[in-house]
Order: sequence, then C-alpha cells, then structure tokens
Amino acid sequence: MEERFEIRLSGSGGQGLILAGIILAEAAILDGKNAVQSQSYGPEARGGASRSEVIISNTDIDYPKVTKPKILLALTDEALHKFKDNIADEGVIIIDSSVKKVDTPFKIIQLPIIETARNKIGKSMVANMVAVGVITELTKAVSREGVEKAILNRVPKGTEELNIKAFNAGCNLAEQI
Amino acid sequence: MRKSLEKYYRIDKLPHIWCPGCGNGIVTGALVRAIDNLKLNKDKICIVSGIGCSSRAPGYLNFNTLHTTHGRALAFATGIKLARPELKVIVLTGDGDCAAIGGNHFIHACRRNIDITTIVFNNNIYGMTSGQYSPLTPLGAYATTAPYGNIDRNFDLCKLAEAAGATYVARGTVYHVPQLIKFIEKALQHKGFSVVEAVSTCPTYFGRKNKLASPVKMMEMLRDNSVTVKAAEKMSKEELTNKIVIGEFLDVNAPEYVEEYMKIIKRAQGEE
Amino acid sequence: MTMTTKPRLMQGNEACVEGAIVAGMRFYAGYPITPSTEIAELAAEKLPKVGGKFIQMEDEIASMGAVIGASLAGLKAMTATSGPGFSLKQENIGFACIAEVPCVIVNVQRGGPSTGLPTLPAQGDVMQARWGTHGDHPIIVLSPSYVREVFDLTIRAFNLSEKYRIPCILLMDEVVGHLREKVELPDPTTLKIINRKKPDLSKIGHYNPYQDYDGDGIPPMVNFGDGIPYHVTGLIHDITGFPSTKPEVTEHLISRLMRKIYNNIDDIVEYEKFFTDDAETVIVSFGSTARSAIRAVKILRKEGQKVGLIRLKTIWPFPRKAIQELPSTTRNIIVAEMNFGQLREVVEAASRGRFDIIGLNKYNGELISPDEVIAKVREVHKNA
Repeated sequence: MEERFEIRLSGSGGQGLILAGIILAEAAILDGKNAVQSQSYGPEARGGASRSEVIISNTDIDYPKVTKPKILLALTDEALHKFKDNIADEGVIIIDSSVKKVDTPFKIIQLPIIETARNKIGKSMVANMVAVGVITELTKAVSREGVEKAILNRVPKGTEELNIKAFNAGCNLAEQI
Repeated sequence: MRKSLEKYYRIDKLPHIWCPGCGNGIVTGALVRAIDNLKLNKDKICIVSGIGCSSRAPGYLNFNTLHTTHGRALAFATGIKLARPELKVIVLTGDGDCAAIGGNHFIHACRRNIDITTIVFNNNIYGMTSGQYSPLTPLGAYATTAPYGNIDRNFDLCKLAEAAGATYVARGTVYHVPQLIKFIEKALQHKGFSVVEAVSTCPTYFGRKNKLASPVKMMEMLRDNSVTVKAAEKMSKEELTNKIVIGEFLDVNAPEYVEEYMKIIKRAQGEE
Repeated sequence: MTMTTKPRLMQGNEACVEGAIVAGMRFYAGYPITPSTEIAELAAEKLPKVGGKFIQMEDEIASMGAVIGASLAGLKAMTATSGPGFSLKQENIGFACIAEVPCVIVNVQRGGPSTGLPTLPAQGDVMQARWGTHGDHPIIVLSPSYVREVFDLTIRAFNLSEKYRIPCILLMDEVVGHLREKVELPDPTTLKIINRKKPDLSKIGHYNPYQDYDGDGIPPMVNFGDGIPYHVTGLIHDITGFPSTKPEVTEHLISRLMRKIYNNIDDIVEYEKFFTDDAETVIVSFGSTARSAIRAVKILRKEGQKVGLIRLKTIWPFPRKAIQELPSTTRNIIVAEMNFGQLREVVEAASRGRFDIIGLNKYNGELISPDEVIAKVREVHKNA
C-alpha cells in the first residue's frame, strides 16, 4: 500500500458521513493498518455541507488532513462542485445517481447509493453504509471483515443487521461495475 | 459575647472591619447562635462567601472557610457540596454579590435545590465600594451612583428565590434577632436549597445618603417598617410600599440535587 | 475500569477524558461549547461509573468555581472549554493561582476573537493561556499534537497541578480535539500518578495552610472536611491564609508562587527535537501545526535541506533552553502557528538576537499545510 491512501466523503449534514468515515478508519485499524479520521461541519445538525475524511497508511500519519484524495464520494451536487477539482492523479469520483454529472478529467462512477438504501434496504438513512460498501469493494483499502466488525462496534444497538445489509448491498453495487 | 460561643470565632482576627452600627455582626452572631443551638459538628461545616462587606464574615468564623470571587460563592459551594456531601455548606453573601453579579448562580442554585443554606446580608447598598445602588436598593433611594434617586426597580429576593425553585425561603431583620436565629436554624435543618434574607443596616453609606445616618435611626426604621407575612396578606399593594415583609414564605420538600446525583452513580454502576 | 492495550480508533477529546480518569479526576464541571463539548459529554457518562461527579453548571464562570470548590474538598477536578468560554474562566483561574488550588482547565482552541470561528481550529490563545487572568502569576500550559499525547498530557497536567498546587491548562486545538486516530493506551497501573502532598502534622504541630514547610515553595494541603479548619481567600494572604496588605507579605507570597514553578523548569518543560543537530533552519511549532512541520521536515530532509524541528509539549513556562541550546549551524527559526505570531515574539526574546526569527502564520480557520511550511523554508533558504 502507498504511504497515504486518502478518502473524502462529502454530502450534507445528517447523511451519516462522519460515521461512515469512522467505520472505514476503524476497519483499517482492525486490519492492522494505521488510520486517522477527521471532519468538517457547519453549525447545522441537519443539511448544510458536511465532509468526513479518512487517511489510511501502513506507516505513521503526521499531517492529519486529506489534501488530494484517491476517492471522492459526493452525495449532493453542492459537495461535488466544491471538491471535484481537488483530487489525486488517477483519483476516482463516486457520485450518487441523484447527483448531476459534471465535466472533469477524473473518472466518475455513478451509482444508485441512496436509492438502494431506500428501496432495497427500506431506509434511506443507511445510504452511508451502502457508500462504505461501494468504497470497500472498489478500493480494497479495507477488508470486508474489518468493516463488518467496525459496523458492529459503532452503529446504534438494534440497527446492526440493517447496517450490515446496507453494507453488503453497497459491495454488490461495486461488484457489478 | 457568651464565652461558650467563642470557639466559633477566630478571636485573634477581631476586631472586624465593619463600621459602628453595621448589622453584619448581628447576622453573623445569629448564624453562630443557630449553629450552637443545633449542636452541629463544627469541623463538618464549610462557610463560603463572595466579595463585599458581608463576605468578610467567614474570616472571623472558625470553620472551613472560603472567601471566593465576587458573586461566585454559590458556584464554589456547589463544587464543595457535590464533591463532599457530608459537609454542611453555608453561603454568606450580600445583596450586590448575590443578586447582581451572582444573580445567575443564585437562581440556578435555587433551581437545582442543592443542599446549601444561603444567608443574604441585605443592607440595600454596595458598602465595600462606598455606597453604590444594588438590585435590592429601594426605588427612589439615594446612592453615590443614584445621586438623583434610584430608578432601578428592586428585586424581591425572596420571591425570586421561590420562583427559581428554592425550597425554604424566609426573611428576617437585624432588629428581630431571635426570629432571625430561628429562621437560620430552620434553614440549616432543611434538606435542599434554603435562603434567609437578613435585612441589615448600613448607616455609613445607605444611612447617610437616605437621612438615616445614625445606627439607632436605622434600627427604628427596621422596627417601624417591618410587617409580618400574616399582616401583609391583609394589606393593599399601596400599604405595602416601602414595607419589609418578614417571616417564612416557603418550606417544602423537593428532590435534592446531591441525593439525586448519588442515585445516578448507583445507576451508572449498575446497582439499580 | 477496563482498558485495552489493543489499538483502537479514538478521538482527541475522548482521549482527554480517558487520561483524566486514569489521572484520578473525580469531578468535572462544565458548560457546553464547541469544539470541546465531547469532553463534557464523556465525563458525564464515565465519571459516575467510577464514583465521580459531573455537573453542568449555568455558565463557564460557575464551572471554574465549582471545580475549585471540589478540589478544595479533596477531589481531582477538571473543566473543558473553548474560545469565549476560556475568557470567562479567567477570573477564577486567577483565584486558583493565588489560593494554590490544583485543577486542570482544557481549552480546545477555536478561531477568535469573540465568537469567531466556532467549528474551526486556531492557536490564538497562547497568550491568553499565559496572561488571561490579571496580575503576576505563574501558570503551566501543555499542548498535545497527537491523540495519544492528549491522553499522556492530560495525566501530566493533573500530575503537575497536584504536585505544584497550580492550575494547569491543556491547550489543545480543534484539529487534535476532533481528530480520530489509532491509539494504544498504556496499562494504567504502570503510570505515575501524583497526588497533592499532605502535611505531616506530627512534625509541624499547628498547621499554617500557606507555610513553605519543605522549602520547595509548595505548602502541603489539607482538604476541607479533613478536620483542620482553615481559611482560603483570593486576597493576598500570609502563611496563615488570612488577608494582609503588608508589602513584605505580598512580596513573599508572589515570590513564592513564582519560585515554586521557575525553580523546577526542568521538571515541567518538555519538548521534542527532530534533526536539529546540523540544522540551518529550525521550525518551532506545537499542537496540530507541528504535525505539518514534521511532514515538511521529512520531505525537505530527503532533498538534502538542513531543516529541523522543535515541537513544544510545554508552552508555558516557555522552554527557553530549547532555543538557547540550538547548534552553531542554526541561523533561522521559523515559528509556525495558527495565529498572528504570538509565540514568535517569545521565541525572539529567547533567541537574544542569535537567530533570524521568521513567522509562518495562518489565521483563516485552516491548519497550516506541509506545503506551506516547505514553501516558507525554501523562501528562507533562497534568501540566505
């Protein structure tokens, strides 16, 4: 693995992106790697712009902020516009199917993340776990087992099954690409 | 002073800083007599004050004593009481210390109903800084910062305490000493937040500005203007103007903060 | 208490509470404020489990007062705040200084002045941490860069506070407070925990609460309720604890307060040096900014640039020695901080004209990046 694998998850407040970042970082640690997670948020608890960042590495992580992510997840148009130009060479942008595509030299993968959560799982709230599944399968930066363990550690009691189901659905979405 | 009361004082710290005719010594004496009457364990009493003339009282009293920052006595006292519930915590404060700069701490201590007794030495003026009006200075009274008469409406501190959630509230004066001692005794025995407003005298600053410059005149004013709670009930609002209503306003039981917190500890430790 | 030594993902604010409880914190009073609120939330959850007390007070002033009261009553006590809340605490921090009441104040720095940037990082409270309360007084201020270091320095803050009877400030910033990072915690039984020293009453007879019995400037402390009633005041006081306005009493007290800290600089001050031995340029930094500097130094060293770093863990008392012991090769010092240059002036004073002091300052709510540090070093080396 390269020195720093950077992931930026962006969307609006209330989409659970901070928890998604925490789960990816914790999964990396369970895999025996190093990871940091940070976030930036506005004053709103719901709505507004939200982002969560994860750095995964096999060595010490000094500078803790993401600069040029390999993966950008954008769940809203606003988030895509804000972050689309700040991506590593050969970086990939993952957008929800509700987000309008834009001109960019980077590869865009569009997937029905929110729709899968809403229609297949039955709760749009778990779109964050669908996204974690997509990123896990697409990048292999973390193991599926690690993520499953992290989900069980971190999601509210009683919602474990729902979240694991959403995670698996996300993995399936990525497998079909 | 009765010889048997000397143990409650730091005799070597006397004489005190208060002016001749000041009522603060009477309130302090009433507190000491109440403690003596109740035979409380001296070493388990902690007396906390803020800043001002009355807040110097703990320095003369032979207990665990803490002279804090202006208005903050109740905040420090809350920490002591919660940290060490077996201590009997008493706050001595003045009208400016309690009702102005410490007003927020006062209403929240009332609201929590934490087991602390607060005695407010109300001399209607800032004495330490030489005579400025306080939130308890009556409307129309004179002060160095109210040279044309006070237009700030004054609090009724007992009503404020009651509305904020205190569970024992009484008002006495330094003229009616046996009654004041009784109120302090009841406050000390009360479980929960208890407030005794002790109307005091400041001939030096309040008196001089308000044609009451002699200690005797101030005492006569307390005698002549005080009406009991019972008598006040039958009086009109106009008749009560400039009167001091004395007596007990409230004596009820309610969940006490520290006891409730001890239940939290049990719950958190899975014992409940 | 169960504590794993297995690696886990932990937030800086969480590590602070974990460290505090290991250090013996059994009282917390606070008031909600971003970005420190998680500390209060976790204290509320964890303290009752260990028999400790948590209270959310009506304001920041009251929180600081309650902490001092609880400490006088014998519990190790802490409060945490940010920005405007730190300003409000200053009055009673001064009380803790003069009355010598051990306590820990955490300030997770955010952008200021005033309400400023509540959710964004800054390091603008370097001077307020030192001089926020009025009058001459010593203070100890520690600043962590890593989540694990938040744990370590919180324990150290309690230890120093108890040992020297002084309020100790843990000066974090929003980045370190909110960052989640891989952490392995030590076995708590292996850690050194210091408790305030008590008087040996069989030797001293009558207890004077502010007498320097041991000649180290630190009076032994009796807790309220332990059977020896005494007086505590925020006024200048003599060894008996009672107020005095005598010049010799005043001078004696203030001198002793200073002496107990400044005679023990080597015990209190901690800093780390990277590649300073042959450095032409040394970066001085602390908190999260130091992490950017470390990355920059690593990259520049690979290019052969003679750059080093001093990372301060103690900010106050300022580690003058760290500057004065720099090698003869050093010509420039770059002080990197998320403010307009508060520490730079202190470094300048400590360098006594030996070095060129250059500020790298950012005060827009963003962490200084490694690229910005690299650019500054290149600029300095080009001009040299």
